[in-house]
Amino acid sequence: MTTSTPVTASTGGVVKAQPWNDPAARPYVEVERISKSFGDFTAVNDVSLKIYQKEIFCLLGASGCGKTTLLRMLGGFETPTSGKILIDGEDMTGIPPYERPVNMMFQSYALFPHMNVEQNVAFGLKQDRLPKHEIQERVATMLDLVKMSDFAKRKPHQLSGGQRQRVALARSLVKRPKLLLLDEPLGALDKKLREHTQFELISLQDKLGVTFIVVTHDQEEAMTLASRIGVMNHGEIVQAGTPSEIYEFPSSKFVADFVGSVNIFEGKLIEDEPNYVRIASPELGGTIYVSHGISAPPEAVVWAAVRPEKIFMSTVAPQGSTDNLVRGVVQDIAYLGDLSIYLVKLPTGKVVRVTQPNTSRHAEAIAWDQQVYLSWDATSPVVVTR
Amino acid sequence: MVALPYLWLLLFFVVPFVIVLKISFSDSDLAIPPYKPLLEWVGKNSLAIKVNFNNYAFLFTDPLYLHAFANSLKVAFLSTLMCLIIGYPMAYGIARARPSLRNVLLLLVILPFWTSLLLRVYAWIGLLKANGVINNVLMSLGIIHEPLTMLYTPFAMYVGIVYSYLPFLILPLYANLEKMDWQLLEAAEDLGCRPWQAFYKITLPLSRNGILAGSMLVFIPAVGEFVIPALLGGPNALMIGRLLWDEFFSNRAWPVASAVAILLLILLVPFMMWYQSVQARETAGAR
Repeated sequence: MTTSTPVTASTGGVVKAQPWNDPAARPYVEVERISKSFGDFTAVNDVSLKIYQKEIFCLLGASGCGKTTLLRMLGGFETPTSGKILIDGEDMTGIPPYERPVNMMFQSYALFPHMNVEQNVAFGLKQDRLPKHEIQERVATMLDLVKMSDFAKRKPHQLSGGQRQRVALARSLVKRPKLLLLDEPLGALDKKLREHTQFELISLQDKLGVTFIVVTHDQEEAMTLASRIGVMNHGEIVQAGTPSEIYEFPSSKFVADFVGSVNIFEGKLIEDEPNYVRIASPELGGTIYVSHGISAPPEAVVWAAVRPEKIFMSTVAPQGSTDNLVRGVVQDIAYLGDLSIYLVKLPTGKVVRVTQPNTSRHAEAIAWDQQVYLSWDATSPVVVTR
Repeated sequence: MVALPYLWLLLFFVVPFVIVLKISFSDSDLAIPPYKPLLEWVGKNSLAIKVNFNNYAFLFTDPLYLHAFANSLKVAFLSTLMCLIIGYPMAYGIARARPSLRNVLLLLVILPFWTSLLLRVYAWIGLLKANGVINNVLMSLGIIHEPLTMLYTPFAMYVGIVYSYLPFLILPLYANLEKMDWQLLEAAEDLGCRPWQAFYKITLPLSRNGILAGSMLVFIPAVGEFVIPALLGGPNALMIGRLLWDEFFSNRAWPVASAVAILLLILLVPFMMWYQSVQARETAGAR
């Protein structure tokens, strides 16, 4: 899947290069074997990362996985117990936050309550002792960019959550940092505003050419924003890759389960060939045929992960091989408008999650307790060995 | 039921205040009580109200009283300043300590109140006098060869006032600092502030209400402070409270003493109003 030359991928019409696949590209931020312990508790365990310029890199994980601690170390608010942090080639490991070319946008926004919007945004520029007219100009431009020009004289407590978020963003970008750290930037916003702000953030980042490192526990947010995601668990990066790599090719059960929903079938390798494998899964009550080879010892216990949207559901038995086919009874249906989630119970007791888009209004709806046949393509399952 | 607090205020505040006000407008008299009544029957059907402004006039013309008022204000102001300089770092330290330690520190601040003020002031006499603890220790260490005169000086009075009023500054200031969002300091550092700059630009302005509240709680009572200057200050520590005592007990000039009390109250009213507005702003800001 990986090649030695950079592969260009298309994202919504804009062609973006993939510097992480180019061995000649120099990373902008290098995290080298960083660890952080608080007493007995290890928050970050031997993490190494290479982040390239103009990326939006998301650290994704559940609460307590160490992502915020890692972000704070990048910002200079925590000192690593061991390891190095390099930003633009310079060792920044011990450097305090006020001497780093890095700015942070806090989860709580941390707007200064005794200053108005303008003064908040101008604060960092005043610290740099820029001339007054330049400060005014830059503040005005930035407020315009985040569409908060009309609120310049208001104080933070007179703003709504979304407005405060935009002020916090303006304040953190006005100093034109090369690297911006964002701690759960969209956490406090409601769903509609979050979606809208996600795209605004991406366009802003693109326009200004800033490298973003975002911390979030919301995988949807990570999938939308990120050029690459680093999934974290228990202080370690368990997988780093593009959203599609993480989703379609998870490297472990944990990642497969964490990002999106997935059905995982435990089984044993019964046939292991270079271009296909066959797995016998008592959990499934059948065999799984995967049309690519994997590396695992013979007769190994493996797990096949199949995403809910990749499963075909029909009321009549499909013709063809007996691999990747199973019968079940519809136990639950959740109607979400654009798609429906079906929970199908197999004779073995396992419940399989299937999603289907509601493409046609008049199609025959599948009802509760209906007997259905589930099948999937041989290319769909991902086999993980841990 | 709703009127009960007002009744209480009426009985224990308004009535005594009116009595003092009345006495301040009376004439002195060699009698018990040593003042003439305000209302006098003249003839059978007419009531004369005799309001004497001489007492107030006397206070404004006699330099002793003016000096005493000015000195009281000065002493209270300087004491407040010293309480701030000593008390702010203490309140800040408590607010930044971890929660388990914080309770212990607060207890240590409040602990002196468990003993009577008078006893603590007497303890200072024991510490500051010529053959007191401090002088004895310094002499035995060879740092000084003659005892320092500390007692019955303005220095001793300031020590006494600052020591006694310090908790009154620390507690409201701590209450204000405790509510502060410390992440604001991280944000300030992120934007280029060194730690002391962040304190000056963020913490100090945000703790303004706490500073004002604590300062008022020290300043207002300190102006009328009597016991500490009397016991520690010596004859040259001229405070208005002392004068009031002298007028009342030594001179038996109740009307003049009452006038002093009323003037003192009027002097402090603007500060009390300022304190009220600060408190109102604090609660409004907290919402």
